[in-house]
Formats: sequence, structure tokens, C-alpha cells
Amino acid sequence: MNTRRDFLQKTGCLALAFHVPMELKSFARSPEAAGSAALEPNAFLRIAKDGTVTVWATRSEMGQGVRTSMAQAVADELGADWSRVQVQQASSAPRFGDLGITGGSQTTKTTFMAFRKVGATAREMLVEAAAARWKVPAKECVALNGQVKHEGSKRGAAFGELVEEAAKLTPPKEPTLRNIKGMGHSRRRLDGPDLVTGKAGFGTDVRLPGMLVASIERCPVFGGKVKSFDAAAALKVPGVKRVFQVTSGVAVLGEHTWAALAGRDALKVEWDEGPAAQASSAGITAQLAKRLETPGKSVRKEGKGAAGLQGAAKRLKAAYDFPFLAHATMEPMVATADVKADRCDIYAPMQAVGLWMPMLMAATGLKAEQIEVHIPLLGGGFGRRAMPDFLMDAVECSKQAGVPVKVQWSREDDMQHDFYRPATHHELEGGLDAKGNLAAWNHRFAGGSIAASLGFPWPPESTEVSGAGDLPYAIPDLEVEWAQSDVPVPLGFWRAVPASFNPFASECFFDELAHAAGKDPLAWRLELLKGEGKRKVGQESVDLGRLRRVLETVRDQSGWGTAKFRKGRGHGVAAHAYLDCDTYVAQVAEVEVKADGAIRVLRVICAVDCGYAVNPENVKAQMEGGILYGLSAALLGEITLEKGRVVQSSFKDYPVARMEHMPKVEVHIIPHADFVPPGGAGEPGLPPLAPAVGNAVFHATGKRLRSLPMTPEKVRQA
Amino acid sequence: MAVYTLSINGRSRAVEAPEDMPLLWVLRDLLGMTGTKFGCGMGVCGSCTLHLDGEPERACQVPVAHVGTRKVTTIEGLSEKGDHPVQKAWIQHDVAQCGYCQPGQIMQAACLLKKHPHPTDAQIDEGMGENLCRCGTYQRIRAAIHTAAKASAPAGPKKAGAK
Ligand code: FES
Ligand code: FES
Repeated sequence: MNTRRDFLQKTGCLALAFHVPMELKSFARSPEAAGSAALEPNAFLRIAKDGTVTVWATRSEMGQGVRTSMAQAVADELGADWSRVQVQQASSAPRFGDLGITGGSQTTKTTFMAFRKVGATAREMLVEAAAARWKVPAKECVALNGQVKHEGSKRGAAFGELVEEAAKLTPPKEPTLRNIKGMGHSRRRLDGPDLVTGKAGFGTDVRLPGMLVASIERCPVFGGKVKSFDAAAALKVPGVKRVFQVTSGVAVLGEHTWAALAGRDALKVEWDEGPAAQASSAGITAQLAKRLETPGKSVRKEGKGAAGLQGAAKRLKAAYDFPFLAHATMEPMVATADVKADRCDIYAPMQAVGLWMPMLMAATGLKAEQIEVHIPLLGGGFGRRAMPDFLMDAVECSKQAGVPVKVQWSREDDMQHDFYRPATHHELEGGLDAKGNLAAWNHRFAGGSIAASLGFPWPPESTEVSGAGDLPYAIPDLEVEWAQSDVPVPLGFWRAVPASFNPFASECFFDELAHAAGKDPLAWRLELLKGEGKRKVGQESVDLGRLRRVLETVRDQSGWGTAKFRKGRGHGVAAHAYLDCDTYVAQVAEVEVKADGAIRVLRVICAVDCGYAVNPENVKAQMEGGILYGLSAALLGEITLEKGRVVQSSFKDYPVARMEHMPKVEVHIIPHADFVPPGGAGEPGLPPLAPAVGNAVFHATGKRLRSLPMTPEKVRQA
Repeated sequence: MAVYTLSINGRSRAVEAPEDMPLLWVLRDLLGMTGTKFGCGMGVCGSCTLHLDGEPERACQVPVAHVGTRKVTTIEGLSEKGDHPVQKAWIQHDVAQCGYCQPGQIMQAACLLKKHPHPTDAQIDEGMGENLCRCGTYQRIRAAIHTAAKASAPAGPKKAGAK
């Protein structure tokens, strides 16, 4: 369908899957380690003689706090003095192994144990060195706050003093981990000081000697190609050095960003717009609705499935709709590459280093060990930076220009050439039995497939059904059906992926049925989540107790059932078990609906069970972040298409939440007495927000909104 | 192209640039001062906020030829040691997530506090309303501004409260 997809297919990256468990594969000691004055038991940790502890983070930092939490995993096992801990970013250099993918809220879940092991390895070496020095049994020594101590002889030594002896020891293969339980420590971000002084290095801040900056004119229609271009005027702009064609369009290279942008303004390109030039939002909306006239793929069936509706005493039907959405990271796409005959360095704020290495090899003609990808900070990711297009721009430009090139996208480029969250159309029908019990549920929906759009070799529905197919409630007859309907729009992973939209349909429709049955929506949820242990929901299973507990927490914290609201105000509840990353979240939103239809979210009470919270304060920040990102989608965001072009081009016509939109967010982390393996936090805060708001709007006004964004016009018309 | 002598963070810097080149790119690309961020280039996100003679301005909207003798203060020059009350409050509340918008937020907040030493929430909504953050740090920004207000003018709350 589009050149990007062709590119993915041609370069043979398709065998790689997103959901491979991401473990630390390499424990090789760094080449500098042998005989060094520091203790480096492996590539991810160095303890220097001055006591400084340096951890190499193997996942990209895009605001989710992984550089800090990965360092915490090491430091806590080690018994480090946190004030002496610093973090570096691992590159794609072979000693760090496969950097995998930063996404799916998987970092903590998949690397926590491995990073603890990194810390435990060094701890055992330091303890052994101290024990040998003091001639005492190692098991009588403890490592705490950057020191090894021996209680009996009242001796102690700082880590730095032990480094030289410890470095001579062989790292233990299976170090013993500490017994941890409950919750970790709230640590401030290690990057904090650099972030408030302008010193922190983002992708766009990369500057290399002799570097040119490029801006690329792309066909406004997806999949369009360059017919011809006239660079004469562009080349006359002061500072413009080169103009040439690349896969994604025509690149203008300048001495600095302004020259590239000004040159691009002067560039003339004729496009062959291709078959997508007729696409429009109206057409796609009609296409999706029509698609449901024919069957899709049943992705989950319980009992009699949809047929169960026939026996229902009362039936209810509703349709829900979602628009395309752009990611709109604060830092527009950017990457820098320096491609030479025998080596290539790439400086890219990217989420999926592991995934795209084969593509980089194909594009440069170099071997993996000749390519090093360096990861600066990401000015937001949200799934957008899991895509490789922006770094391929830089690689191509540098290869062609023979100098280092930074390709800087403009805000307009970023918004109009995204990989969008799919637009979908949903039809739901529910049935109550004579006693008002929820007897049957049928959720059918149509949309494009992210997996198919990207040419990934996964079942097309695998990227589309979370939040719909995993409905956790006990309903005797249940069916969920997804109908693929390809669209001429590139689709991609957007924070929480399908769980960013499906729960609005399922959790709001559940609310509709609760009202039809005369039940309290929160109490009814709890009732239908009764039971011990896990309930199988399609391919996955949900821990009923954990899901109930987040709901009970928001019930108790929000004054559910007793809170009084003045006219135009109300509250609503929603929950989502983010099974991919093992985290459970429920939220109660309190809203005010103004006379003009504007919705203001006043307060969000959020309960999260992410198992062992490595850094509780960061978990809270992630909930705040997920809620705000979800709020922009709930109330404001919409990408539309006319003549195959994305209409929106900046924050002027693609509004995002501002200071005034931020509700008061209260986060309650569910404590555990024992050790429950940590889940994720980056995405799970988002899914319940929109349905909680939609349900609150109904509570406040009696109006049911079934399409996002919930704009004042839609409220007025409802 | 012309040579401009700019006063940046208390230092005089000469740059040769096209007259329409925004101050943003002069700082970032010609002077290597990358703390001021590019978010939109059209004055609608606030990432590039800096001070001109103490007033908040969008660096992407100020052509270098229009800077004149006005004193430019960027995030790098807000304080010598990164210890401006706003910066300290930002660390205390661990405001930043990705951090990309934060230099702009901090520069905007520093000006807001000059205008309203003890801003109300409504004044914060208004004063910070054009500085976008996609990571959702607004709640912490608000808290940090209140903290910075207390730290920089501890006697103030009574007076402000009296109004
Ligand atoms: S970059 Fe200047 S306001 Fe957005
Ligand atoms: S902290 Fe990421 S955009 Fe504000």
C-alpha cells in the first residue's frame, strides 16, 4: 500500500516479533573490564574506585523513567549508596546484546530480574573480596549503602576500596537475589538536574563535526511518489548545500536547520499521488460501517456466543466510533546518521533498536558490528518512535551526501506523516435475562490492522483486540468479532494500542447495560468479577481479585454511592486489566458539563496494581501521563483525511490537553505484602480514562456519547 | 547575511546569520546552545520559550534581526548552578517525564512568578496555558510553581491571601 511497507518487506525484518520476551541476553564483560581499575562484572555495571556506580540502561528513555528504574533494580540488589549512582545509555554495540524494543510497557516486566542479577553479581564479588581481606565468612558480611560490613568484627569498607580485589574474582553465575517484597523506593529521576538546566541531550540536540541538516518534502498523499522536482531556487537559498531524492521524498540539505527549511520552501516538486489520492474520512467512515454488514473474525466466543442474544428478555444496541490519531510527541521526529564506507554511527531517539538492525544493515550494506546505534533521550515516544522511517531518512541522506546528516522533521511533517492510531467502528449488543442479569454480549468492530499495515507476520487481529476480546466480566453468552478493513493510511502503535480505544466501547456499553438493568455500574462490575484466582478471557487470563481490588479502591476513595454532585456534574467509573504487562487499573472521573457542552474533567481517582512498584512515585507520574494522554484523545484529538491528505498540521488544528485541562489526579498504588512480579506502567493508566469520562458525562447529563472525541458539539447534539 | 551582536546570558556573542533566521536556530545551530527546544516553529507549543529583557518570548517567532539590544536569557542562563527556585522546585516535584517541554515550561514559569509572586491556580492556567506538554506533567508543574512561589517570596502568601 505504501512505500514504507514495501521497505519493511524488502529489507527482510519481518521475522522479528514485537512480543518476544525481552531479557538481557548478554552478560559479556566489556572489553575494558579485564584488568581495569573498576569492577565491571558485565557490560551493564561499573563500580569505580571512587565509589561511583554506573549502570547502563538498555531501554530507551522517553519519559517513562526507565533509566532511573533500571538503575534502581541494580542499585537495590547491590546495596549501593543511591547518591553515587549514575546511568549511561547502552548503544547497539555487541557487548550490550540485543536492545530489543522499548514498548508495550514491557521494560520493567522483562528486565527487572535480569538487572537485579547484575547488581547481585557485583554485590557477591564485593562481599567475597571483603571477606577474604578480613578472613571472615562471606555470609556474615552485608552490603548496604555503598559499604560492605562485618558486624562481628565491626569492620567495614566502602565499595570503592574493594573494587580492585573484587575485580580479580570470577563473577558468580547464579548470584542469590535479596528477598524483596512490598514496594520499592520512590527515587527522583537521575536525569532530573540535566532536564531542568537544558543540558540533557535529546535526539534533536545531536551535533557532529561537518554535519548538514536536512528537511524532506514528502508527498502529501500516502504512498505517492516523486514525479519530478526543480531544485534551482532551493539551491540559491544561502546555506543550502544539496538537494536530492530519497525514498521518502526530496531532501534539502543545509548548513543549519533554518537553511534546510528555507530551501525546502523554495523547492518545487511534482508528485504522482497514486491511488490513495481520493481517500477521505467520510469515505473511510462509510467503509468501516459497511464492513460490518458482513461477518468478520470471531476472536472470542463463550457459551452460545452472539446467538445467546436471541434468548434475552431485553436487548440493547449501540454503535461507537473512533477517529485516527497522531502521536504528536513534543519533539518532532529526528535522527542523525554518519554513514562511512566501513562504519555507520546513528544517533536516533528510537524505541526499537533491536527490531530494525537488519534494515539498517540492508540500507548501509554494512555488517551489524560495523553499525552502532546511539540512543539519546526521546522527546516523547508513545509508540511513534518504534517505527524506523525517520532514522532511515538520516541513513539515506548521509549515505548519499557522504557527510553526517541530521534529518529534522517539522511539526507539520510529524503530524501529516505519522503512523496513526486506527480509526474503528463498533457495534455492540447486549441482552438481559428476565431477572435483569447480563446474559449475552456481542461486540463487533471494524478497522485496519496495525500488524497488516506494517507488513508484520502476525495475525492481523493481534494488534487490534485488547480491551474488547479480553472483557473480564462473567457473561454466559459472549462473542467478540473483529472485521479487517484496510485503509490507505499508515497505522502504528499508539500508547496502549487497541486498549486506547476498545475499552471506551466496552466499558461505556457495560455502563449502558447497567443503567438498563437498574444496577449500580460499579457494584455490577464487582458482581460479575466474583470468584477466586484467574478467569480465562480468550487467549489470556485475568486475576479477578486484583481487578476487583482496584475497583474497590476507587469506589472507597471517590465516595462512590454517597458523593453528592451539583447540577451538570457527575462521576463515572471504568477499569481495564492490561494483561500484556500484568497491570490492573480502575479510575473514577468526576466531570462538569458546561452549558455550551464543554466537558471539564475535575478529578480522576486512579487505583493501580502493577505488582511490585519499583519506583512508586514514578508509577504515579505514569498514571498522570497516561490519563492526560488519554484525555487529549477523549476530548480533543482527531485526524481527518481529505483528498488523501491529512488535514491537520499542528497543535492549532490538532489540539492537545493544556494546563487548564489537567484534572486533579489522585493515584493509589495497591500495596502487596509479598513479592508480586512488577508489571508495566507506561500504558495502563490510559485505557480507563475515556470510558470513565464518558460514563461520568452520562451521570452528569443523561447524555450518552459514543464517539471520540467528546466535543462540545457532540454533547449539544446528544 | 549580517553580523549581529547579541547579549545572551550575560555574554556578548557575535553571529553571522540571515536576518530572518529565528533566534531559536541561531541559538541551537549557530551557537550550539541546545537547551531551547524546537517543538513547532510556529509559536503554538512553547517549547522554545526564553526571556527577552525578562519577558517570555517564543524564540521560533523572533527573527535574529529583531532581537536588537534586548538581553536574551535561555534555560542555560536562568541560574548559574541550576538552582533557580523554579528549577529547584521542578527537581523536588520530579516534574519532568521526557523533559522535552520542560526548558520552555521553566522559563515561562519563572516569568509568571515575576508577574504573580503567588499565583492562583487560575493564573497558572492562564500563564502556562500556551506551554504544551504531551507527557502529562501539568499537575506537577502546578505544584512546583506553588512551591517555587513559597521559596522565592516566603512572606508573600499572607499578602496574597489578603486580597
Ligand atoms: S517551537 Fe516555538 S512555540 Fe513551538
Ligand atoms: S515532559 Fe514530555 S512533553 Fe512535557
